Amino acid sequence: MKRYSAFAVVREALSYHMGWERAWASPEPKKKYDAIIIGAGGHGLATAYYLGKNHGIKNVAVLEKGWLGGGNTGRNTTIIRSNYLQDASAALYEKARSLYETMSQDLNYNVMFSPRGVIMLAQTEHEVRGYKRTAQANALQGVTTEFISPQRVKEIVPIINLDGPRYPVLGGLWQARGGTARHDAVAWGYARACSAMGMDVIQKCEVTSIRQEGGKVVGVSTNRGDIACDKLGIVVAGHSGHVADMAGFRLPIESVSLQALVSEPIKPCMDCVVMANTVHGYMSQSDKGEMVIGGGADGYNNYTQRGSFHHAEETVRALCETFPMVSRLKMLRQWGGIVDMTGDRSPILSKAPLDGVFINCGWGTGGFKAIPGSGWGFAELMARGYSPLTEQFGLDRFKEGRFIDESVAAGVAH
Amino acid sequence: MLILECPYCGVTAEETEFHGGGEAHIKRYGPGSTEEEFNNYLFAKVNPKGVHFERWRHANGCGKWFHAARNTVTLEVYGTYTAQTSDIPQDIKDKVSAKVPGWSWREFE
Ligand SMILES: Cc1cc2nc3c(=O)[nH]c(=O)nc-3n(C[C@H](O)[C@H](O)[C@H](O)COP(=O)(O)OP(=O)(O)OC[C@H]3O[C@@H](n4cnc5c(N)ncnc54)[C@H](O)[C@@H]3O)c2cc1C
Ligand SMILES: [Zn+2]
Repeated sequence: MKRYSAFAVVREALSYHMGWERAWASPEPKKKYDAIIIGAGGHGLATAYYLGKNHGIKNVAVLEKGWLGGGNTGRNTTIIRSNYLQDASAALYEKARSLYETMSQDLNYNVMFSPRGVIMLAQTEHEVRGYKRTAQANALQGVTTEFISPQRVKEIVPIINLDGPRYPVLGGLWQARGGTARHDAVAWGYARACSAMGMDVIQKCEVTSIRQEGGKVVGVSTNRGDIACDKLGIVVAGHSGHVADMAGFRLPIESVSLQALVSEPIKPCMDCVVMANTVHGYMSQSDKGEMVIGGGADGYNNYTQRGSFHHAEETVRALCETFPMVSRLKMLRQWGGIVDMTGDRSPILSKAPLDGVFINCGWGTGGFKAIPGSGWGFAELMARGYSPLTEQFGLDRFKEGRFIDESVAAGVAH
Repeated sequence: MLILECPYCGVTAEETEFHGGGEAHIKRYGPGSTEEEFNNYLFAKVNPKGVHFERWRHANGCGKWFHAARNTVTLEVYGTYTAQTSDIPQDIKDKVSAKVPGWSWREFE
């Protein structure tokens, strides 16, 4: 694998850029692997990457029914932050955020991580108290955040309307090292690094059943034949319930469509990410100039990757009040992704009831930011049987009543 | 846009008039049940890709709870029926069978 560098760009220019090699191989599946990961989204690929990099397990296949990153990883609004309330979450998300800082160098692939800062607006007295509490918790957790005044908010986001008639801005929780990254590049960068380690990333390969013998997993059946494995990682987001069913267990998860939209590109007007959780509006500006807007989740199970129209309307209405200038923007595209919602709005990284099977799911509306940390912890769990990062996120926590309740704490999971 | 018909007042309306209430026909477990049963009742969801049975409430209408047989992939609604039943009525089963032969859902088929 040739490394990407400024020098390589010059070198390849001499041969009219015809010499670039493919970023990853497209191999036929082998008969058997030490470990198979189902799902080539960010979490599945990062898991494979750290299995190889941190634990020396390189006889690995990542099976993807569609194309690389075509699930939620390529559909999200790329907000990265780690200002959670609960210690277990803060540890995992901050591990991820800190790995994002060096991801482009680690992978030798530009993921365009942009720590431009994230503000979560406080628009009710309740939110003010909640975010002040989070800022205190973050200080103890070693996560740098601060509660800022409405005037500071206005300095950072000049286009904001502080005195919205219904929900005036009363302050905000500011994480200066939060930001965004290019979602496709995260999937592509990991796939390239996995391929370079000799792993097989196999697209258009759908797992249709999970084969077991004597209470232990022995492999999977796919539309490209049977493949054997010693260990199996299920990392399929919205399809977690569907695939868990193949392994004979149920999850505390329901799948719904979450949507996003982008506007026509405009000149730079907002150089940070703003989240308004009370009114449900999330906005940042892409490097191309489009305003990237996160919308609402459907109120009923579905696999449509579309989302109900009224959510788009509600989101846009909220944004028009918060940022009056967007009222004249045209929206370019709208789409949905199938998100996997758990009862406590925290993920599951766990051994599964079937021996040899591990499951990483439940990231719901907010797992892009967690990709490297999740891969790090989940690979450790798969390789060693234990990881301090994932310890609190076991499937048993529901039965035992040990919820990691971020739904109340964070208000929203983006 | 999802369109449902309330089996009580007969109103046909789009989804903003209703409120989804999750998986239908759940058997409730309380004191005296095993931990496993209680866990399953509270958390273990069926999350099917295809035929699904749910509870809905006509929230901005007559206010009553009812059931819907629906497809989670196509959003087709096979039919709605009242909440006063712990089984799926035969005519609803027939409607689903006409579209999805051989379907099954939890212990029902
Ligand atoms: C509109 C939207 C906005 C979001 N905004 C944010 C945000 O701002 N910040 C944030 O942190 N998070 C956000 N998220 C959430 C984030 O996108 C997800 O949590 C994250 O991408 C999940 O990654 P994943 O790798 O687990 O799943 P995915 O990327 O969905 O990957 C799972 C893969 O498994 C494959 N698969 C499924 N079944 C099978 C099978 N049987 N065989 C083989 N392959 C299979 C799928 O095709 C898919 O590619 C958003 C999500 C959406 C939909
Ligand atoms: Zn009614």
